[in-house]
Amino acid sequence: MSVILESITKTFDDPHRAGGRVTAVDGVSLEVHEGELVTLLGPSGCGKTTALRMIAGFEMPTAGRILIDGTDVSTLPPHARNTAMVFQSYAIFPHLTVAQNVAFGLEMRGLGKAEIASRVGAVLELVELAGLQHRSPEQLSGGQQQRVALARAIVTEPRVLLFDEPLSNLDAKLREQMRSEVRRLQRRLNITSVYVTHDQAEAMALSDRIVVMESGRVQQVAEPFEIYAHPTNRFVADFIGRVNFLEGRVVDATGGTAGVDVRGHRLEVPLRDATIRPGEPVTLVVRPETIRLAPAATAGSAAFRGAIRRAVYLGATVEYELDWEGTTILAVNGSPLEHGVLAEGAITAFDFPPATAHLLPATAIRTA
Amino acid sequence: MSPQSLARWGSRTRHDLRLLRNEPLLGVGVAAIFALLLLFIAYPLVRVFLVSFFPDGVPTFRLYREFLGSWFIQQAFLNSVVMGILTALGGCLVGFLFAFTLTRTDIPCKSFLTVAAILPVISPPFVSALSIILLFGNNGLITHQILGFQEFAIYGMRGLLLAQVFTFFPVAYLTLRGVLESLGGTLEDAAMNLGATRWRAFTRVTLPLCLPGIASALLVLFIESIADFGNPLILGGSGFPVLSVQVYLQVTGMFDLAGGAALAVILLVPSVLAFLAQRYWVARKQYVTVTGKPTRAVLKVVSPAMQWVLFGTCMAVALFVLLFYATILVGAFSRAWGVDHSITLRNFRYVFGVGAQAITDTLIIAVTSSPLAGLLGMAIAFLVMRRRFPGRRTLEFVSILNFAVPGTVIGIGYILAFNQKPLLLTGTATILIANFLFRYIPVGIQSGMAGLRQIDPAIEEAATNLGASTQTTFRRITLPLLVPAFFSGLVFSFVRAMTAISAAIFLVSADWNLMTVQILSQTEAGRLGAAAAFSVLLILIVLVAIGLIRLVLGQLFDYRYQATFG
Repeated sequence: MSVILESITKTFDDPHRAGGRVTAVDGVSLEVHEGELVTLLGPSGCGKTTALRMIAGFEMPTAGRILIDGTDVSTLPPHARNTAMVFQSYAIFPHLTVAQNVAFGLEMRGLGKAEIASRVGAVLELVELAGLQHRSPEQLSGGQQQRVALARAIVTEPRVLLFDEPLSNLDAKLREQMRSEVRRLQRRLNITSVYVTHDQAEAMALSDRIVVMESGRVQQVAEPFEIYAHPTNRFVADFIGRVNFLEGRVVDATGGTAGVDVRGHRLEVPLRDATIRPGEPVTLVVRPETIRLAPAATAGSAAFRGAIRRAVYLGATVEYELDWEGTTILAVNGSPLEHGVLAEGAITAFDFPPATAHLLPATAIRTA
Repeated sequence: MSPQSLARWGSRTRHDLRLLRNEPLLGVGVAAIFALLLLFIAYPLVRVFLVSFFPDGVPTFRLYREFLGSWFIQQAFLNSVVMGILTALGGCLVGFLFAFTLTRTDIPCKSFLTVAAILPVISPPFVSALSIILLFGNNGLITHQILGFQEFAIYGMRGLLLAQVFTFFPVAYLTLRGVLESLGGTLEDAAMNLGATRWRAFTRVTLPLCLPGIASALLVLFIESIADFGNPLILGGSGFPVLSVQVYLQVTGMFDLAGGAALAVILLVPSVLAFLAQRYWVARKQYVTVTGKPTRAVLKVVSPAMQWVLFGTCMAVALFVLLFYATILVGAFSRAWGVDHSITLRNFRYVFGVGAQAITDTLIIAVTSSPLAGLLGMAIAFLVMRRRFPGRRTLEFVSILNFAVPGTVIGIGYILAFNQKPLLLTGTATILIANFLFRYIPVGIQSGMAGLRQIDPAIEEAATNLGASTQTTFRRITLPLLVPAFFSGLVFSFVRAMTAISAAIFLVSADWNLMTVQILSQTEAGRLGAAAAFSVLLILIVLVAIGLIRLVLGQLFDYRYQATFG
């Protein structure tokens, strides 16, 4: 089953705002393929939840169409869509037992008692809740409630599985555990899924593809590796992971490589954007963990020099804030047990492999 | 309305209609509820207006000129308003005293005081009037028997004020208790922590935070007092006319329906003004935010000496309430009150003989109307809070409008609206049932809406998401979760169906009579023993019914949830 969003838009009345209207989702188009897990990622208020709720039918698009498996469902009420959702608050029915909660959707589909019982039993087995079927929700831990919510959604064998920040109420350790659990189940059942989160690590770990949204618009759709390595604009680069932006100018471009001048240093950087031409200003996206400090930095042509303003030791890594001719550079170095920690105030050379840098046209603040 | 906002309204309505088209049953339900509300709430009011302006078929202000020029009606209007203000002040004072004492002090007998403060809610509104006559009347136990007065002027303003304060202070108590509880004690702790004395913490923090709640309670009590019918009819006498009684006398004494309608419109003005003020001005100013987690009761805000003063005052009021009920009970078993106090069952024989029909009629009507009112109230609350459809706000407004309309006005409206084919309902049980049903749904709606605010909308969304339609979601998920609110809606409408009189007195007939009307006519006829026996029986029925409703709801819905959350 595929899900297709055709330039859907949603505007709400907002009496507190001049003009009285607020556009939550602004012309979003997307195709989720059969069996794929696509994550909508973005800061709060970016429209990701509204988009998800439109797929579920809780909101109706102001414009555009939603197709599930080729049929237009835009005007169908939620109960006729067969799209099961896992809610942020779990939304477990507090007056029903675990088994009754899970059975609810099957009852709505008019299945017989025997079949309901066997399917409920099987799915509780699957989410490792067997034996708890007669518990009432308030007797369950947060993680167990989460599993009930998941079981209740997948037992109906929905055409699409929707997740609305399902793990945000769990503590960090449990969240990571449930993350892989969700992925395992989704792969095993091969259910087309749309997953909303503001947690980039969760999105990276779970997704086949990530949709980065901001101000109701899609900023980039790509696989996790691409999103991090080759963001299409500054917003995406900044939102996913941490980043240094270095301003430069293209000197020459040959094949897939551009010669870029950064404050008098010439760097050979991979060129993926054909619109970037020699003479134009560009922004280099440099991830902090690619930055090497002396003595690891080579003393070659590409070495910069900076003063260490702050060093924060985090155990597995050290974070350095360098002052490079008035610009702050963030560097993250691994394995301080091996390399030691440089002192604050020290002057150090630093560089990064130019092949790991990514070029953005200087105008690509965002595709707004 | 600017063209822009009009266009926006248009597109929103089209959008909402599109939603309805996908769920035809929801549309049909909304349309049916609208039709019922228009027919049984709006239409009777429209008839009252029309008849008062077109008494002879042509538009005229004749009736209004007549009445507003009459000194007697002016006096009645003034009396109503003055009594409304005094009752509001007195009732709020007593109500706040109880609410504050019960939430902010650590005194003994709390449960006794709580019962005393809510007991008047479940008894007929004129029980205190009856007790006052038995205690302070011409043959009164205290005034005549003990103090030996030959004539004591309890009839009139003093007696009525006493009766109304005792009848209505529980309403203020319940409102203010809610306010004080949700304020918690942390703010008072903070004030004292910053150096305020107890008195300063009270006057600078507690009281200002309660002011919107107090204002709201004042207005509600004002509305109740103006609409009150039983107490002034018994206690007001000819020396202290009030408008609600004059409306009744105009219709039943002078057979002047049009005149009654005009008086009803005049009576409506202060009520509706107070209602609008309460709803659109005071209600918006409430500081109270429901956090869901009650803060630990803090008991340090009252000094030990003050605590005992408060305790003594509350106890005195509570004992007075108790005295009223004891008086009724003794009166019911007395051969002749004030003359011969030997115990007899004569009054009850009379009640079960002559009054048997009124008892069964009352029960039939209450048992029919209250489940309908409870369900309809929850359904309207659900639709207004959780579904989108054109006219949602209007639906909410119309459905709670009746709260502002005095019963006598509704009574006249029903006579005018339903006295000819095809809507010939006068003299039937249907008209009484419809009256109670639509008159008392506002409370069910309000408690339903309050209950829904506590329930995560995602729970209902989860149900629709799993394939449940609107009506299945309501039946399987919302209603069971709203059992506490449903319970209070049911109890309230049952109690009111058993005890209300102001509208019903216009609608009873030879075929369908009510206990409250019996109590009133027995009192008027001077058969106080029979009136007391009727009252005792009525209160007993109400208490048994509350127990039964609790039991039945417990059986129908899973109570595990209620036990832990309710």
